Amino acid sequence: MTVTRASAPRAVQAATQAISATGLRKSYGDKTVLDGIDLTVPAGTVFALLGPNGAGKTTAVKILSTLITPGADSGEIRVGGHDLATDPQAIRAAIGVTGQFSAVDGLITGEENMLLMADLHHLSKREGRRVAAELLERFDLAEAAKKPASTYSGGMKRRLDIAMTLVGGPRIIFLDEPTTGLDPRSRHTMWGIIRELVADGVTVFLTTQYLEEADELADRIAVLNNGKIAAEGSAEELKRIVPGGHVKLRFTDPDAYRSAASALREAAPDEEALALQIPSDGSQRELRSILDWLDSAGVEADELTVHTPDLDDVFFALTASTVPAQNDQPKENAR
Amino acid sequence: MSSLALAARDTTTMLRRNLLHARRYPSLTLNLLLTPVMLLLLFVYIFGDVMSAGIGGGGADRSAYIAYIVPGLLLLTIGSTVVGTAVSVSNDMTEGIIARFRTMAIHRSSVLVGHVVGSVLQSVLSVIVVGAVGVAIGFRSTDATALEWLAAFGLLVLFSAALTWVAVGMGLISPNAEAASNNALPMVLLPMLSSAFIPVETMPGWFRPIAEYQPFTPAIETLRGLLLGTEIGHNGWLAVGWSLGLVVLGYFWATAKFAQDPR
Repeated sequence: MTVTRASAPRAVQAATQAISATGLRKSYGDKTVLDGIDLTVPAGTVFALLGPNGAGKTTAVKILSTLITPGADSGEIRVGGHDLATDPQAIRAAIGVTGQFSAVDGLITGEENMLLMADLHHLSKREGRRVAAELLERFDLAEAAKKPASTYSGGMKRRLDIAMTLVGGPRIIFLDEPTTGLDPRSRHTMWGIIRELVADGVTVFLTTQYLEEADELADRIAVLNNGKIAAEGSAEELKRIVPGGHVKLRFTDPDAYRSAASALREAAPDEEALALQIPSDGSQRELRSILDWLDSAGVEADELTVHTPDLDDVFFALTASTVPAQNDQPKENAR
Repeated sequence: MSSLALAARDTTTMLRRNLLHARRYPSLTLNLLLTPVMLLLLFVYIFGDVMSAGIGGGGADRSAYIAYIVPGLLLLTIGSTVVGTAVSVSNDMTEGIIARFRTMAIHRSSVLVGHVVGSVLQSVLSVIVVGAVGVAIGFRSTDATALEWLAAFGLLVLFSAALTWVAVGMGLISPNAEAASNNALPMVLLPMLSSAFIPVETMPGWFRPIAEYQPFTPAIETLRGLLLGTEIGHNGWLAVGWSLGLVVLGYFWATAKFAQDPR
């Protein structure tokens, strides 16, 4: 392949950006799933696309991983330095994909699944066997290797799925909700696996609906809502966007709750939990003034907790039309 | 490796996967074999006396009827086998593994070609089994030369390739196994409306052209001619023409469907 002078800057950019997309669009009939999103993922970093169900996360992964075609009015999309529109096959050679629903062949054994991948990556018989055995061992599947994959537990299937993805040694890996449906132990195992990949310098594009997961793993997070990027940045940057810190007062007696709610008009009420939320940054000074204020109002809560902003606040602030923590008008029906 | 060698390698890998499936779960293949074998025994031993009285100008005995119906049933066996192809392709497309294949740098149509080659092999094996049952109950060829046997074998392979490509397309447009099985029903119904069981000349006049020119009748008549020495006439060309036409049609249909974004 000859590299022309004109394409040289592209090659330089490709070395730093593993994934870049501008104006990514996709709609099915009247329904717009992705409404022009821009993404850049530097090589060797973990990028998390965070969003509620139906936000378009999976669609984005499907497009970037060449599974489905982007909307006709999308801008340029490059993965691994290759143009999606003109050279999808080169992208396929550079990436690995683990989908939301396990992409394993349930009718054959775990080992046969691995050897199938080795064959499709054109490894020699010996090399294929070596790689398969190594990955099965690494993902704690050696014992179950001779059993049909359909008999595996959810966590095992997901591990086999990732092991199959790694056979070709991809430098860019797409993980579409890798821990959805897994129990806490399997989830932590999966996090460990993802951290190992990152330590090897692999670029990871991750989708998740768990804020904790994005917080744990990702260098950069984009919050996707209704097909648009609602916010993007590091976990810290996102937390700064929303002043979600508050003091929460909980009551056990409905009467005490109601009198407190009428005394503290600034607090956001939660009828069902018999709780009031007062915006606060959690500093000592503010806490003291809140306590003084509560005393002077004669409010006696059964429980007081200080809540510092986390990604949950960001998430709810960005994906809901109303922000409960900043809503100072008591709602008639908080349901 | 050249791209042709890569295509061949990926196709072999996919074929191995399909054969592994067939070997692990043989019940589908065996079920599909049951139809032609049951029909053979039914028509020979239950309807045989009446049926044989109706062919060859009347007065033919049961062995003449066995000779008459075996070639048709061999082709019906192919029709029955490809119903299984449509079902397994449709099943396969709902599996996550196909999505994985689509995101890998493999030869795209190897997924489909693997299914087709596997299914043709299965058809040939099934034809041999049904043929063996035919021989066991008294079927004998009449002075067929080695060349004629070879031509008969070639016809069976070509015809099963044709039906298989169409069945793969049917499997791809079917959302689930039930739909695939329904969509592929013509593959077993058409042989019933051909010269497999009774000569076309004994059918009502308005129906004769349909029976005569649908894909199965020319193939059956050609096979009869090769094995039993009856008149082939224009049926040979018709059979080859239908087969090649369906291979091309099925191939382009199936690959175009597979190239579309998955459901």
